[in-house]
Amino acid sequence: MNQLATEEGYVTADGRQIGGTLMEMKNITLRFGGVVAIKDISFDIRQGEIRAIIGPNGAGKSSMLNVISGFYVPQEGEVWFKGYRRGPMKPYEVARLGIARTFQNIALFDGMSVLDNIMTGRLNRMKAGFLSQALWWGAAEREEIANREQVEKIIDFLEIQNIRKTPVGRLPYGLKKRVELARALAAEPQLLLLDEPMAGMNVEEKEDMSRFILDVNDEFGTTIALIEHDMGVVMDLSDRVVVMDYGRKIGDGTPDEVRNNQEVIDAYLGVSHD
Amino acid sequence: MDQLVFAAEVFLNGLMTGVMYALVALGFVLIFKASGVFNYAQGVLALFAALTLVGIQQGQVPFAHLINAMLGTHISSFGWTVPALLAILLTAGVMVLLAFLIEKLVLQHLVGQEPIILFMATIGLAYFLEGLGDVMWGADIKTLDVGLPQGISDGIEAVTGEWFGYGFFIDRLDIWATIIAALLVAALVAFSQYTKQGRAMRAVADDHQAALSVGISLRFIWVMVWSIAGFVALVAGIMWGTKSGVQFSLSLIALKALPVLMLGGFTSIPGAIIGGLIIGVGEKLFEFLIGPMVGGATENWFAYVLALLFLVFRPQGLFGERIIERV
Repeated sequence: MNQLATEEGYVTADGRQIGGTLMEMKNITLRFGGVVAIKDISFDIRQGEIRAIIGPNGAGKSSMLNVISGFYVPQEGEVWFKGYRRGPMKPYEVARLGIARTFQNIALFDGMSVLDNIMTGRLNRMKAGFLSQALWWGAAEREEIANREQVEKIIDFLEIQNIRKTPVGRLPYGLKKRVELARALAAEPQLLLLDEPMAGMNVEEKEDMSRFILDVNDEFGTTIALIEHDMGVVMDLSDRVVVMDYGRKIGDGTPDEVRNNQEVIDAYLGVSHD
Repeated sequence: MDQLVFAAEVFLNGLMTGVMYALVALGFVLIFKASGVFNYAQGVLALFAALTLVGIQQGQVPFAHLINAMLGTHISSFGWTVPALLAILLTAGVMVLLAFLIEKLVLQHLVGQEPIILFMATIGLAYFLEGLGDVMWGADIKTLDVGLPQGISDGIEAVTGEWFGYGFFIDRLDIWATIIAALLVAALVAFSQYTKQGRAMRAVADDHQAALSVGISLRFIWVMVWSIAGFVALVAGIMWGTKSGVQFSLSLIALKALPVLMLGGFTSIPGAIIGGLIIGVGEKLFEFLIGPMVGGATENWFAYVLALLFLVFRPQGLFGERIIERV
C-alpha cells in the first residue's frame, strides 16, 4: 500500500537498510465466541525494522501480538514466517522458531534470580545430553559456560549487572521490564515482540527503554514488533506503523504517513462511528 | 542413664521413620512445585507402584480375577518369577506410562483451571487407581521382598552394646531406606539445579505463561514431573511395602505426609526432609517420654497436633515461601 514495501526492502529516514519480508500476516480474523477481536487484517514485518502496532484501547493490538506469538490461533488467515506458512502452533513451538516476546503485565519467574531468569531464555539453545548435564561434565559444562557468556553480554548491554543475583520478585517495576527484555534477548530471537514495553513507566524509564529498544535493533540487528499506547514514543521509535481500531486496520505506513491519515486522527480523537 | 540410652535409641529409630515419611512427602512437593497441584493421589501412587512391583515380580497375571470371572478360566500366574532389579525397572516403566496417561487423559483437559479443580481431579484419580490396583492385582495382602536386608543390625547392636552396655535395636531395612532416600534426594536436587530440564521445571512451577514464551512445553514438563513423582512413589512403596506388607493401608501413609508438609512447607525439598525427620523423631520421643503419662498411643495424633500448631504460628512452614499479600 505504500511505496516502501518493495520486495528488496527500503532505506529508512535515518539511513538504515531494511531487508525483505520476515513475517507476513494475511487476512487474519480472530473471534472469541461472537466477539470479533481482529477482522481481516494483513500486514508484513521486514527484516531489521522496528514495526509498531498502535490503536486505542480494545483495538485488538494485544490479540494480534498473541496471534503472532502463538498464544491465540486465528480462525481465518495465514501466518507466514521466513517464507513458510506456519500451521497452528503452540506458543512454545513458536518460541523455538525464533520469536521471543515480553508481556504487558510482566511474566517473569519471581522465585528465581535475575541471572536464572535470563538463562531460561537460552533453554532451547542447550543441546547437551541429560546425563552429561546432571553430572556437569563435558558438553554440558562447555555449553553452560558459552551460554553464561552470552547472558553476561546481555546483562552488560541492559545495564543490570548490579542486580544479577537478586530474586526478580524483589525488583521494582521498571527493572522487571528490563529483565523481561533481557530474557527475550537471551534467546537471540529473529523477531522480538514487545507488548507495551513502556506501560506504567515514568518519563525517565520510558527514555531508557526507548534507548534500549533502538540499541537492540542497531547492535544485534533484531527485528522488533511492538505494541504501544503512547503515540509520541511510537512515532519516534518505529520505522513503520500499523494502526488498528475496533479490530480493523485503519492505517499502515511510516509515522508521518500515519500521522496525517484522517481515519487515524478520527480514531484517536474519538469521532463517532456511524 | 538408662533412660538417656533408651531415649537415644528411640531418637535414632525416630530418624529412620522420619526418612520414610519424608520419602512420601517428597512426591507431594515435587508435583506441587511444578504444577501448583496438591496431588491427593500420591499415597495411592505408592500403593499402586508396590502392587505392580509384587505382581510383576511374582509373575501374576494382571486382571486375573476379571478374566476368570468373565471367561470361566482359572488362571492366576504366568508361572515365572522376575528378578527384583528387572521388576523394579519394569515398574518404573509402568509409572512413566501412568504419568503419560494422567497428563493425556486428565491434566491436559484442565489446563488453566483453578487449583481446587485440579485437586478434586487428583482425588478422583486416587480412587480410580485404588480400584485399578485391586482389579489388576487382587486385594489380598502381599509380601514384598526385593532383597533388601531386614531384621536387627548386629553390628550396631554389638557396638552400642559395648559403649552403653545396651545394644540398640535398629532395623537394617531402616538403615538402607535412609541411604537410598539420601541418594534420591541428592539426585533430585542436582537434577533441578543443574540440568536444563530442571531449570525448565522450576520455570514452569513459577509462571506458566512465561515458561511457554521461552519455549518450554508444559506437557513435557508435566509428564516428566509425574514420572519423577511416580518413581519416588515406587521407592516409598518398596520401603513401606517391605516393612509392613503391600496392602490398602499403604495408601494411608499419605496422611502422615500432610503434617510433614505443613512443617516443612509445600514448596521445599529440604523442607520435606527436615519436616519428615522432625515428625519421625518427635512422635517417637513423645511416645517414649510423655506417652506413659497419658496412656500411650500418642503416635496416632502427635504429628497432627504439631502440624496444627505450625498452622497457627507459621503457616508457610519452616522452609516454605512466605505468603505476602499486597493490598
